[in-house]
Amino acid sequence: MNIARKRTSVMNRQKRAAFWFLLPSMSILALFVFWPIADLFWLSFHRWSLLDANHAYAGLANYVKLVHDERFWNAVVRTVYFTAGSVPVGIVLSLALALLANEPLKGMSAFKAIYFLPVISSFAIISIIWSFLLDPDIGLLSYWLKAAGFPASAWLRSTTWAMPAVIAVAIWKNVGFNMVILLAGLQSISASLYEAAKIDGAGALQRFWSVTLPALRQTLLFVVIISVIASFQVFDQVYVMTRGGPLNSTETVVYYIYHHGFELLDMGYASAIAWVLFVVVFLITLLQLRLFRFNETD
Amino acid sequence: MRLSVWRAAQYALLLAAAAAIAFPFIWMVLTSLKPEGEIVRFPPALFPSDWTLDAYVQVWKRIPFLLFFKNSVVFACGVTLISLAFDSMAAYAFARLAFPGKHALFVLVLIALMIPVQVTMIPLFIMLNDWGWIDTYAALIVPRATNAFGIFMLRQFFVGLPKELDEAARIDGCSEFRLYWQIVLPLAKPAVASLAVFHLMYNWNDLLWPLIITNSQEMRTLPAGLALFMGQHVVEYGILTAGAAIATAPLVAAFLSAQKYFVQGVAFTGLKE
Repeated sequence: MNIARKRTSVMNRQKRAAFWFLLPSMSILALFVFWPIADLFWLSFHRWSLLDANHAYAGLANYVKLVHDERFWNAVVRTVYFTAGSVPVGIVLSLALALLANEPLKGMSAFKAIYFLPVISSFAIISIIWSFLLDPDIGLLSYWLKAAGFPASAWLRSTTWAMPAVIAVAIWKNVGFNMVILLAGLQSISASLYEAAKIDGAGALQRFWSVTLPALRQTLLFVVIISVIASFQVFDQVYVMTRGGPLNSTETVVYYIYHHGFELLDMGYASAIAWVLFVVVFLITLLQLRLFRFNETD
Repeated sequence: MRLSVWRAAQYALLLAAAAAIAFPFIWMVLTSLKPEGEIVRFPPALFPSDWTLDAYVQVWKRIPFLLFFKNSVVFACGVTLISLAFDSMAAYAFARLAFPGKHALFVLVLIALMIPVQVTMIPLFIMLNDWGWIDTYAALIVPRATNAFGIFMLRQFFVGLPKELDEAARIDGCSEFRLYWQIVLPLAKPAVASLAVFHLMYNWNDLLWPLIITNSQEMRTLPAGLALFMGQHVVEYGILTAGAAIATAPLVAAFLSAQKYFVQGVAFTGLKE
């Protein structure tokens, strides 16, 4: 009796405590994450300009406009181009670095620190530096590449070369991040697997194909998915290096949302684009959760 | 013999990668130490022939750099401190307390984790604009005063601490707040430090949020202020490289002194699986 009552009082105390512990964060998530998502959906069905106080119901007009908007489809294509260009190359380079970093070499911690520098620096600020490096007049890199026989020197002013330049900078920025995750994956592979392969007479290359890669599959898949999600959201770098130009050749979806929402102040239409982006990113994330059997809640 | 050739090749690759990755930083520092006339000289050179600190003097005079810096400190530190408190409180409730609706609420946190800020920025802007908050620290900080990822990450850590701790403390009549503050949080120091670095880095470096939430030059953070200055005065190479170097320096210094927490703070996103 006494114990039962004591248990109920402990339960009640925990319930009360939980309420106060959760109140601040849940209020903030409700107000600044969940309400805006609901509002976004509402906005996408209205004409909503910051310049016009009349927010008329527009039905599917924003979405119809979207389907026929060539510049939107250009932004989709450019985003896919960016993703297809940066993710595979970036991951192969990261894996190569992770394999090197996994070797017992002297001075490795200094190398790893250097590889991580771009990850901790601001993409916006470091993009200023990259713009200068690729500048045809003062850019040292542009000058060296020209001397090495590359056709372009005004990289960011060329509709052909601006996107490859933006992709190269994104790879440079993220290679250290992916390396750290892949390195953790490599280090969790049991040494006995390698020894067994050695006893079977497998060479270094064969060990990589038959031991390392299969054991790293989950980690690799994870890196691919988070890289794809991050690529779909690229903005800072495009804003600083090209503002989507020249001739929209580097205009990504998030930049296009920004353009409509904050430059043209047409927030209804921008919301429709944002809603499409949300659905795509959400589906990819759900796929990720499925693939990784995400049973964290129990 | 074969081994040492292999070793040499490995070092060569490591050095080549390090040179390629460090190059923009090296160029930034060297260029910021050149006189303006030398920066625009053709053909460009890596090293200055005249070394000068002029750009580091001018950057504070020509643009409101001190204000940018102060805004970045207030914004990044404000978000970090408040979010650490709220994230860890929520994480404590999810990890250590029994209450109805826990599972459903935690699923909501996981859903919030999947909603990128690029998607919600338009309704957020409209709401903060209606409130008259645009261009204030409150608008920069309050919407980020908690972070679903932070709650998730700390909850994973708190769950791993031994349950006997709570039971012993509760029998001794310890309040839940004291249990959280004096027992659980101190034990979670490494996780809290990594999360602090994650918040600090993310907000110090962010461009999009401060760009849309502030509109006067006096409220700009370093990334937004420098990016906009570059848009208007693209030829001010010396000032911009010096500004970029100063803006990058605090995080690099922090990284070199607490590398472990930086790598963990970033790699935590990779351990979610």
